[in-house]
Amino acid sequence: MAALTAPAIVPLIETRGLSRHFGGLKAVERVDFRLERGEIRAIIGPNGAGKTTFVSLVCGRIAPSSGSILFEGRDITAMPAHRRVLEGIAYTFQITSIFPRLTVFDNVALSVQRRLLAAGRVASQALETGVAEALERVGLADRATMLAGSLSYGHQRLLEVAMGLALQPRLLILDEPTQGLSDGEIETFIALVREIAREATVLLIEHNMQVVMELAQKITVMSFGEVLAEGTPEEIRASAAVQDAYLGTGSDG
Amino acid sequence: MSGGARIDGRTLALHLGVIALLLAANWLLPEYHRGVFARVLVLAVFAMGYNLLFGYTGLLSLGHAMFFAAGLYGAGLPVYHLGWGVPLSFVAGIAAGGVLALAIGLLALRTTGVAFMIVTMMFAQVGYLTTLYFTTWTRGEEGLVLTPQMRSIAFTDTTLTLTDPSLRYLIALALFSVVLFLTLRLVRSPFGRTLVAIRENEERMRMLGYDVFRAKLTAVVLSGLFCASAGAAYGLLFGYVGSGFASIQYSILPLLWVLAGGAATTLGPLVGTLFMFYVIDYTSGITTAYLMLVGVALILLILFFPRGILGTVRERWLKWLP
Amino acid sequence: MAFGPYLLLATLEGLVTAAVLALTALGLSLVFGVMRVVNVAHGEFFMLGAVLAWGVSTAFAGHPSIGFAAALLVAPLVVGGVALLSERLVLRRLGYEPEATIVATIGLLYIVQQLALSFYGADARPVQAPFNIRIQLPWFGYSGYKLFVIVAAIMLMIATWFVLTRTKAGLVMRATQYDRETAQAFGIPVDRVYAGVFALGAMLAAIAAVLIVPIQQAHYLMGRDPLLLSFIVVIIGGLGSLRGTVIAALLIGLSDGIISVFFSPTLAKMLATALVAMVLVFRPQGLFGTVAR
Repeated sequence: MAALTAPAIVPLIETRGLSRHFGGLKAVERVDFRLERGEIRAIIGPNGAGKTTFVSLVCGRIAPSSGSILFEGRDITAMPAHRRVLEGIAYTFQITSIFPRLTVFDNVALSVQRRLLAAGRVASQALETGVAEALERVGLADRATMLAGSLSYGHQRLLEVAMGLALQPRLLILDEPTQGLSDGEIETFIALVREIAREATVLLIEHNMQVVMELAQKITVMSFGEVLAEGTPEEIRASAAVQDAYLGTGSDG
Repeated sequence: MSGGARIDGRTLALHLGVIALLLAANWLLPEYHRGVFARVLVLAVFAMGYNLLFGYTGLLSLGHAMFFAAGLYGAGLPVYHLGWGVPLSFVAGIAAGGVLALAIGLLALRTTGVAFMIVTMMFAQVGYLTTLYFTTWTRGEEGLVLTPQMRSIAFTDTTLTLTDPSLRYLIALALFSVVLFLTLRLVRSPFGRTLVAIRENEERMRMLGYDVFRAKLTAVVLSGLFCASAGAAYGLLFGYVGSGFASIQYSILPLLWVLAGGAATTLGPLVGTLFMFYVIDYTSGITTAYLMLVGVALILLILFFPRGILGTVRERWLKWLP
Repeated sequence: MAFGPYLLLATLEGLVTAAVLALTALGLSLVFGVMRVVNVAHGEFFMLGAVLAWGVSTAFAGHPSIGFAAALLVAPLVVGGVALLSERLVLRRLGYEPEATIVATIGLLYIVQQLALSFYGADARPVQAPFNIRIQLPWFGYSGYKLFVIVAAIMLMIATWFVLTRTKAGLVMRATQYDRETAQAFGIPVDRVYAGVFALGAMLAAIAAVLIVPIQQAHYLMGRDPLLLSFIVVIIGGLGSLRGTVIAALLIGLSDGIISVFFSPTLAKMLATALVAMVLVFRPQGLFGTVAR
């Protein structure tokens, strides 16, 4: 966390002038962004602000119109998405994207397998251990043999997080992870993210202000494809500009 | 699909049992049926190659006749025109299929879904027209007849001629067994898992760090190799190399066999090929329009029975069936 | 004959091919444009039209134009009916899922083709043209009927264009093509639109076949080439686009005719097919790209 003030350390993620246009629509417009190692950063903003587009550019799902992305100082702008995952960037989808016809075990096994393949071979003991660990951390260990499609929505979201964790990423990007979860599930989730943040940097898109205020050390506010403001939760809460653009309606997402 | 990805005892016993039964059939079956089975076994290899791409990877190709034909002509042309020996020609046929599959894969995998189907169909059509165009080498529709002498393998003290029914059957069975076990090993391996997952959710796999294009290309090449080995064997064993095998019909048939037997099952292709072969054999004795059965079968299967015979068995009763 | 007139002759022949091809391809294009369905049996609807034309016209004694007129009326209607039936019984049940639909239409192809084999037989049979006027040009005489085919095809395409752009039915079709969900929300009976479009596509192919059958002969395998050529036209011209279809048909029809005169037809087909496959590989956008709306 001290990395926030030490300029000599290379940031984990840096974007320079990053833009993405769809025809005439400027979804993301010249964003300069820095994310330090070990942070828990939240990106907030009204619908259509470009949050998902921005993180999709970072993880490589879509290609930028202009600008560059650096990961630990290295330019990864041209790197295809699957290579970025191997570099250590994991992404969980806004709309749950799992393998419904496979078991919970098999879902996570694919992540573990990917990690083991990159290191050498896939020994079945290592596979089983890796899956068990990930499932244990999200609390789905007792559901390993169930078909993923038969899980409740909240548990499917947790499965997605488990799949991300099993990759042992350096950066975990969570796209609206608490959407559709019950209050109890959200509490569990907040604890889980705090625990994850001990080993990985977390970048999350959220609409739920309670989650944001509790978890985030720093918040980036986006609006109309640009960064509107950045700061600690208190600074953001106090900012008039942010309130105008987003919080002023009094709703919390 | 679950847990440990090794081949367990039950699965191994099943597959060995099937091979054993087929082996016994060489001496138990009446002559006519043994001949049918020999053909079915080779065509089942074709179907297994198709199943790898369609059933396990989820890519529906409508042009697989070109891989079968690559093997057929790749083996037949050297035998007929260059006087090559059987084993070398067999290898040449397989190699031809592999090279073609690599080229086609690099092009066709840039498309998905319906476009992929159309593109593969069109490339196969070009292949078919090629066999018709170069009539000096291929004799077009009429085809090449490989004489028994061309199809003999000389050893130091004996000569094996591939016209002997028993030898033909055993070689067909040998090829079938090899490809069956290779397929089983493949689908139970991490790569097999990868292919199935790509079929289920390709975008997710990309975001889990998998090089999806590379995996699909590998699947196409493996599929091409298996199908070409069937084509090469078919030409060498049964002595005929003709354009008909490159036509669209031979792209539709493996789809039909795999659908009928059960896509994404290891033994489904054999079951489907055997079943449809006999159904068509029986019907062709009754009417000249027996191909109508292919149409009816396709529609019935896709409407009511998309999992096919072994697919339904696996779903209802034997969940462990690979 | 000198080269100039020879080229003119080849061009006229090409125009006839193009005219019939444009009609056939239009049917395929409409079906894909509105329903997102690739109908591999489209060539068999064409063949069925030709075979029925033979059946109807031979049933009428007297002047061939009576039989022909009857065929022109009956054949498309029957083929439309067959298409409607297949759409209701099969395609709808599959939810128009792309891969399943293709497999089903392949099945339909075999069924229609083999039924024609059973009832019509394996022979190619001629149909008499409704009239036998010969137009005398300065260099050669040309069949008046062939010119009639060109004119008739043009008129039919204008009629289709008119229906699509100026009538309510056409508007409904285009709305469904543009955005199926919104169309449903507006109360458009999408199911019925689909049934209608599928039948219309088949009928266009059938009419084209009736027009061409006095020039060619009716044979149970005659659906193959029109299918392939229609595919080529639709891919190059862009689906659902009337203008694109006409232009591409002109291009293909004319060049096919001219090339076949100078080169081997097999080679021409090979090159055409390979070219179109490459177009699909390297320029897939807007043709068969992701379509979910």
